[in-house]
Amino acid sequence: MTPLLSVQGVTKRYGAHIGCADVSFELYPGEVMGIVGESGSGKSTLLNCMAGHLTPDAGQVVFDTRADGPRDTVTMSEPERRMLSRTDWAFVHQHARDGLRMGVSAGGNVGERLMAVGERHYGDIRSKATDWLERVEIDAGRVDDRPTTFSGGMQQRLQIARNLVTGPRLVFMDEPTGGLDVSVQARLLDLLRGLVRDMGLSAIIVTHDLAVVRLLADRLMVMKSGRVVEAGLTDQVLDDPQHAYSQLLVSSVLQV
Amino acid sequence: MIELSNVSKTFTLHNQGSAVIEVISDVSFAVAPGECVALTGASGAGKSTLMRMIYGNYLTQAGAIRIGDVDLVQAEPREVIALRREVLGYVSQFLRVVPRVPTLDVVAEPLRALGVSAEASQARARALLTQLNIPVRLWSLSPTTFSGGEQQRVNIARGFSHTYPAMLLDEPTASLDATNREIVLSLIEEAKGRGAAIIGIFHDEAARDRVCDREIDVSRFTPKAAA
Repeated sequence: MTPLLSVQGVTKRYGAHIGCADVSFELYPGEVMGIVGESGSGKSTLLNCMAGHLTPDAGQVVFDTRADGPRDTVTMSEPERRMLSRTDWAFVHQHARDGLRMGVSAGGNVGERLMAVGERHYGDIRSKATDWLERVEIDAGRVDDRPTTFSGGMQQRLQIARNLVTGPRLVFMDEPTGGLDVSVQARLLDLLRGLVRDMGLSAIIVTHDLAVVRLLADRLMVMKSGRVVEAGLTDQVLDDPQHAYSQLLVSSVLQV
Repeated sequence: MIELSNVSKTFTLHNQGSAVIEVISDVSFAVAPGECVALTGASGAGKSTLMRMIYGNYLTQAGAIRIGDVDLVQAEPREVIALRREVLGYVSQFLRVVPRVPTLDVVAEPLRALGVSAEASQARARALLTQLNIPVRLWSLSPTTFSGGEQQRVNIARGFSHTYPAMLLDEPTASLDATNREIVLSLIEEAKGRGAAIIGIFHDEAARDRVCDREIDVSRFTPKAAA
């Protein structure tokens, strides 16, 4: 089986400072991988390098494209990379405002991504947008309302609908449940799990919440100071951490 | 079906003076299809540790753990995930679920993950929940608010929804009343009947004597220095 994403030796420096260094892993179709670590450990830098938002200083990010098979997304042309990010990739930002157009209606936010891949029939776009709002549990009656009138949890679900409407194969998520209260978080986790299973998505989730990765991710990478210190099955890394830093991380979680 | 050869495990506590604790050394045994083996030994002997090593959430330092044709010690994460989805079932003592998910879906989930249709998975889940005496009015609620015994029965229903060829049972009858204990034991016998290889931890001696063919005393694998 060909990995969907193969990351080799990805390094990003900010001047003399290391963002992330020499990260390599492979992600297979249908797998969900979590990346944990304290703030400043390089998780978001790594995610942005993989999603094409930052250019790594060294290394390859090879994605198995539908048309041409495995291609290095770091060296491909900007239009090609942009097309990938509209079709096969999705990026869910921590703050929904970063991933939505706040001045455009909810339906418009979902429809925009469809138009970006060439859909032109207004009726089709609107019915697909409405269908997706319902799938993320937003009342279809709110389709013409702007996201500014939505609660934080609804905005986050709208962002997910906007991202998934074009049927991507790989979803990057940066703290998708951060800043949401726990009851909303639970609902979002349930939704994400269902979508991952039903659509056969692969996902990479950056978070510092170990409970979230336990429920969502099959595999886990622990980062510290820009490097991956431990990687493995999620429950193995959480139940039997091997590296000193992972042990500290797991033992520092407060019991509820 | 399940075969352990020369398996050893140590814990290294980096944040507590790098203490190295040797917990289990040189375990070898095999479990055939249709056989149920009990792990015995005093509390702290390493029964649960050994079971977690077989499930793969504890890392094994040396030896091989073969389940079907996969060696769990060497396997890639995705091979272990596939193994757990298709071959290796585990009924733990505690139920860990996404909050807010209805009991019926919790029980149906292992089958959904295998690609079985929503209707067929739910039909199986209903049958198991009925068999385990979980009242119908609770099916649409999340099991997080259930009593200990109810949670355990939900956990068992979930663990038996797919007919796994290999199963690990951690105290499946611990907090159950006599009627439900009987039902769980018959589920285990049924699983043996269809050829599942089972490893179990049972503190309930009568239950152990009834369903288990053999006992393995884990304390003989515990290194003497640590004892």
